[in-house]
Amino acid sequence: MNTQAPAAAQSAPQADAQQPPAPQETAGAPLLGPGETPKIASRDVHVHYGEKHAIKGVNLDIKENEVTAFIGPSGCGKSTFLRCLNRMNDTIDIARVTGRITLDGQDVYDKRVDVVQLRARVGMVFQKPNPFPKSIFENVAYGPRIHGIARGKDEIEDIVMSSLDRAGLLNEVKDYLDQPGTGLSGGQQQRLCIARAIAVSPEVILMDEPCSALDPIATAKIEELIDELRENYTIVIVTHSMQQAARVSQRTAFFHLGNLVECGDTEQIFTNPQHRLTQGYITGRFG
Amino acid sequence: MASPNPNAYDPAAAAAAEGTAVSTRTRTTADIVNAGLKGRYRAEKRFRMYGVIAIAAALMMVTTLFVSIVSKGYTAFAITSISLPVTVERDLVANAEGEITDRSIAFANYAAPLRAALEAQFPEVESRSERRALYEILSDGASFQLQRMIEENPDLIGREFTMTSPVSSDFDVLNKGQIDLTVPENMRRVSDAQAGWFEALQERGLIETTFNTNLFTNGDSRQPELAGIWGAVVGSFYTLMVTLLLSFPIGVAAAVYLEEFAPKNKWTDLIEVNINNLAAVPSIVFGLLGLAVFLQVFGLPRSAPVVGGLVLTLMTLPTIIIASRAALKSVPPSIREAALGVGASKLQMITHHVLPLAMPGMLTGTIIGMAQALGETAPLLMIGMVAFVVDIPGGPMDPATVLPVQIYLWADSPERAFVAKTSAAIMVLLAFLVFMNAAAVLLRKKFERRW
Repeated sequence: MNTQAPAAAQSAPQADAQQPPAPQETAGAPLLGPGETPKIASRDVHVHYGEKHAIKGVNLDIKENEVTAFIGPSGCGKSTFLRCLNRMNDTIDIARVTGRITLDGQDVYDKRVDVVQLRARVGMVFQKPNPFPKSIFENVAYGPRIHGIARGKDEIEDIVMSSLDRAGLLNEVKDYLDQPGTGLSGGQQQRLCIARAIAVSPEVILMDEPCSALDPIATAKIEELIDELRENYTIVIVTHSMQQAARVSQRTAFFHLGNLVECGDTEQIFTNPQHRLTQGYITGRFG
Repeated sequence: MASPNPNAYDPAAAAAAEGTAVSTRTRTTADIVNAGLKGRYRAEKRFRMYGVIAIAAALMMVTTLFVSIVSKGYTAFAITSISLPVTVERDLVANAEGEITDRSIAFANYAAPLRAALEAQFPEVESRSERRALYEILSDGASFQLQRMIEENPDLIGREFTMTSPVSSDFDVLNKGQIDLTVPENMRRVSDAQAGWFEALQERGLIETTFNTNLFTNGDSRQPELAGIWGAVVGSFYTLMVTLLLSFPIGVAAAVYLEEFAPKNKWTDLIEVNINNLAAVPSIVFGLLGLAVFLQVFGLPRSAPVVGGLVLTLMTLPTIIIASRAALKSVPPSIREAALGVGASKLQMITHHVLPLAMPGMLTGTIIGMAQALGETAPLLMIGMVAFVVDIPGGPMDPATVLPVQIYLWADSPERAFVAKTSAAIMVLLAFLVFMNAAAVLLRKKFERRW
């Protein structure tokens, strides 16, 4: 069954050379029905890394106060697509994004949209826990401080405490707030990063494989946390673990070689996938 | 086992084969490894030996350097002085009207009472030439010293007091045993008669050896017993200050711009190549540039530390830029992403997170650049900092020289006593360099301790 992926990989560049890449038809329900307003909507999004065509015309709606999981084999573009949502790809010189991504109907790639403001609204948690080499308190206080969200010491302290509390870390660190954030364990560091992200009160939190560097116990804690955060935030999570996607998400999108192959309710994706690639992937026949 | 490649492990064949066959093959592998082992260990031993030899050779050279410098230079830290009872008569310092004024004090002949004091020790010396030979024991600086004493305390006029002043360098050297009196008299700078007088003074307890404070408080002088390095130290200080104040901010700003903001195109590539090339340009070329631009075009003063600082800035900038860029590059991208992810602007990301982490590397590069600048001589020769400057510079616009140039000037001087002075100045320069490097290490430690 391994032949499927290489065959597709070989055919894709040829198709590029001959004609403009026709967006692959996505199975399932990537777009919301009429009457429903997506939090984030993407239409015909392409990403090029220099010569490489990394994302090939993705149409996808992300619902508010839900967890949407992106799954797919390595190099399928799910992280790339995630990083388009808060324009983190801007930091890569050779990356070029076309198409339309809207947050509450506003095009995030519009010239009038300030990227700083966008990232304050769309927070991010990375694959590797990356606390600043500062104290735990400073890590969480940094965002509110630079945005001027909190004025005065007391307000900042309130935000730090409530963020740490919501990230489920407060009880473990409340006596060590002046200790370096880098001294925590991997799972604690990742929760610290989540606390740092929610301290800014974003509307959307993007998580790029947040548990890939963690042990199962730390992973379970983060998953629990994601489930709680869903009430107040829209969460998009990239994961390699299909079990994790099944556990935490309400909607799942399956990417393959830069195409959004299938998107739908998580339950439906895992019980009744409509595309043969999705089927192959979730049953572990490739990927 | 008729396998075509005996080293290839074929699981099917291994499973099919009997235990003996497998063990035979394993033994052969072990044998092959064993046969080669001795050679491998020998190679390692040889390599270690080369290392030890290299370290020993390096240590020996460093020891030779230090031993030769210290053995030559330590005598310069002591100075021979003579104490004589001196009387400055009122007549000597009074003007034509018989009054004592500041002006009359300034213009009096202070050599006379000193010579009289010396003659009083040797009443038997009468002839003119003999007396002149006797006067040579006194340093030229003694009369200036006497003048200063009278100016500061006019009460001394007309009274006998004891004055201690350095002897001239020939007798300083004689006292330190560096003149061989068995050499024929016309081949040495101290005659038998002078040596006899000096010995007599020693026997009377008028000669003493003390710590040479002149070396650390005076500027340059033609008289070795009066020459000091303070002028050069102050000159070096001003020069380095100008260098540091210009090169650190410019270097760091250039590195941050090139590393963080500049688009990657052929222009920035060209700039990068040129910066790397500048680091390899011989320093005297920067001196010529300084002469042509700073002195000729801008008309800045000759021999001034400010020009020296400008020239050394040009020289150290590439070092600082390269070190700073390396330090910026080594900041992990995850920290940048973390800062951008919570919505920091690019400048906030750099000033709050990247610069603090890159600072130890930048400081190390800067201090290495400064140490290089402190030891630099060639470009300063071109802009006139090789001048004979007696005065201690009062500011970066005053004529000055720097420590390494002072060493060069003294090494070029003919007097025997300057040999020791040269080595002493080298020791002081090395002490400064060691101090700066220690500061670099300490600063780096201090900044890195912030986890």
